Amino acid sequence: MASITLDKIVKTYGASTAVHGIDLQIADGEFVVLVGPSGCGKSTTLRMIAGLESISGGTLKIGARVVNQMEPKQRNIAMVFQNYAIYPHMTVHQNIGFGLYTSKLSRAEKDARVQEVGRILGLSHLLERRPAALSGGQRQRVAIGRAMVRDPQAFLFDEPLSNLDAQLRGQMRLEIKQLHQRLGSTIVFVTHDQVEAMSMADRIVVMREGRILQVGAPMELYNRPADMFTARFIGSPEMNMLDAELSGDGLGFGANAGRVALVPDALPPGLRQASSPRVAVGIRPQDLAPLNAGTTGAALVLHGTVRVAEPHGSETFVHLDLPSGSVIARAPAAASYRPGDAASFKADRDSIRYFDRETEKLVA
Amino acid sequence: MSRSATAPVPRSIRPGAIIAWTCLFVGGVIMITPLLFMFSTSLKSAGEVFDLRLVPANPTLQNYVRVLSDGRFLGWFLNSTLIAVITTVSCLFFDSLVAYTLAKFRFPGRKLVFLAILSTLMIPTEMLVIPWYLMSSSLGWTDTYWGIMFPGLMTAFGVFLMRQFFETVPDDFLEAARIDGLNEFTIWWRIAMPLVTPALSALAIFTFLGNWTAFFWPLIVTTDRDLYTLPVGLSSFAVEQSIQWEMIMTGAALSTIPTLLIFLFFQRYIVRGVMLAGVKG
Repeated sequence: MASITLDKIVKTYGASTAVHGIDLQIADGEFVVLVGPSGCGKSTTLRMIAGLESISGGTLKIGARVVNQMEPKQRNIAMVFQNYAIYPHMTVHQNIGFGLYTSKLSRAEKDARVQEVGRILGLSHLLERRPAALSGGQRQRVAIGRAMVRDPQAFLFDEPLSNLDAQLRGQMRLEIKQLHQRLGSTIVFVTHDQVEAMSMADRIVVMREGRILQVGAPMELYNRPADMFTARFIGSPEMNMLDAELSGDGLGFGANAGRVALVPDALPPGLRQASSPRVAVGIRPQDLAPLNAGTTGAALVLHGTVRVAEPHGSETFVHLDLPSGSVIARAPAAASYRPGDAASFKADRDSIRYFDRETEKLVA
Repeated sequence: MSRSATAPVPRSIRPGAIIAWTCLFVGGVIMITPLLFMFSTSLKSAGEVFDLRLVPANPTLQNYVRVLSDGRFLGWFLNSTLIAVITTVSCLFFDSLVAYTLAKFRFPGRKLVFLAILSTLMIPTEMLVIPWYLMSSSLGWTDTYWGIMFPGLMTAFGVFLMRQFFETVPDDFLEAARIDGLNEFTIWWRIAMPLVTPALSALAIFTFLGNWTAFFWPLIVTTDRDLYTLPVGLSSFAVEQSIQWEMIMTGAALSTIPTLLIFLFFQRYIVRGVMLAGVKG
C-alpha cells in the first residue's frame, strides 16, 4: 500500500484546461472519494493517477516515487472501470487471473491467488462461468477481483456503481467499504453521487470545473461546507438557500428585505464583518422543524404555503413557498400537510450557514 | 377457456409481404439455377450436355472419376487451397493489425492514412494488373506462388471492415489490460481480436472466396500449367481440346466444396452480441 501525492497537477487538452493545478495528499490506506458533477475533472484526475492520461503539469507521487513518466503497469495500481471491462471471452477464473498476466508467480501460486480472491468476493462457485452468465453485481465483483488479485499499491474506482440498479448499488457500496476495512488498501473512488461519497469515504474531495473546492471528512463537509456549491451538492435533499440582505437592523429576506427576520444579536459574529451585505442563508431541510405552538428560542421562523408534501415513510419532506423563495423542510411522518395549507418552520441558530452572494464562500 | 375451443382464424397476410416473398422467391430461383445446372451437367455424359433437362437421363459419376484421376486437377486444387489459405491468414492478421492501430491510437495523420487506404478501394483491379505485372516481371515473381499471392496479402477492404469493428470495442477493455501490464501487441492479440471474431469470420469468408475464385491476375502472372489455380485450370479445359462442358462443370462443382466448408465453419462465429456480455452501458 502507498500514499498518493498530487502536487499542482494540471491537465490541458490543446487550449482548454481540464484540471487546474490541484493539490491533494492521499494517505496510505485512506479511502478518498472524488465527487462532483460531470465535467468537473474527477475522472481525468483519476486517469492521470492511473497513467491512462498524460500529466500536463505538476508532480504525481505514488509512495515516494515520482510516477509522471511511468507506464500504468509500472505504477502498480489497479483500476475498476464503470463498464466493468471484464473480458467476455474469458471465464471468471481467467478474468481474475488476468490481473496476474505479467506476474512471475508459478501457475499453482496464481491459481491459489485466484481461488483466494474468489472466496473473499463470494465468487467461488462461479469461477468457470463466463461474464454473460453473471448478474451485474457479480460482474462488478469480478472486476474488483481482477484488481485485488495483484495486491496493488492502490485501487482506483471510476464510477463503478453507476450501472447498477439502486438496490444493488447500496449493497455494493457496503461491500466495497467492508473490503477496504479488511484490506486496508489505499482507494481513490470517483463518483458523481454524493450518497456514495458520504457513505464510503474517509475523506471527500469536492471538485468543480477542474478545481478542488473542498477536502474533508463527510460530516465536516455536511456541517461546514466551504461554499454554496458544496453545501448544495452534499446532502439530500439539497440545502435550502435563501437570498437575504444585511443591514444595521439585522437580516431581511428577498422581497421583504425591509422586514427584519433575524436581529443582530441572533447573527453570528463573523457575519457582521462580511464584506458584502448580500448573503445567502443556507438551512438543511433536516434542520427545519415544524413550529409548534409554544415553541420558543428558535432563531429563525419561516412562514409559508405548502406546495407539495412528499412522504418518505420515516419522514415527510414539505415543499414550502415563501414570499422570498421556496424551501424544503423535514416534518415527522405522522404530520399531514395538504397543498395550500399555511405552515411554519423554525431553524436553530447553530444550524444556519451564511454565504457571501458574490464569492459564494462560507462567511459564518 | 382453451384456445382450441375457438375456430381458427386465418392469419391476415399483408399485400406487402406477398410482394416481398415473391421477389425473394424469384431472386432465389435465379441464384440457384446456375448451380443446379452445374451439378446436373457434371452428372451428364458428353453427348447429353446440350440436353437441357435438369435431371440427367443417364446420371453418371464418370466425370468425377476422370477429373479426380487427372493429376492436374488435384495440383490446381492444392495451388488454390494454398494461395487462398495463406492470403486469408495474412489478411486477417495484417488488416486487423492496421485497422486496430487506426481505430484505437491517436496520432497525427491518422485520418489521412485511413483515407489513403480507403481511396485504393476506388481503383479497379484491371487498372492495377499492369503495374503489378511489370513489378512482378522485373522482380522475377512471375510463375511463383508469391507472384500470385502478393497483391492480396493485405486489402484495403479488410482494413476498412476491421476498423469499423474495432471502433466498437470499448476503450475500457484495452485500458484495463494496459493497467494489468500487457504490452500493446498482446492487448491487440489477446483482448481486441477475440472481441471482433464476428468481423474476422466475415473477413475470412470474403477473403477466402475472393482468392479461391480469383481468375484474372493468376491467369496473367502464370504461364506454368503446374502453378495454375483452379479457375485458371478449369478454363484451360475450354481452350485446348474443344469445350468440355461436363468436365468444366464437374471441376466447378468440386471447387465449391471448400467454399461451403469455409462458410459452414466460420458462420457460427458470426454471432453478434459476443461483446455485449462483458460491458454494460
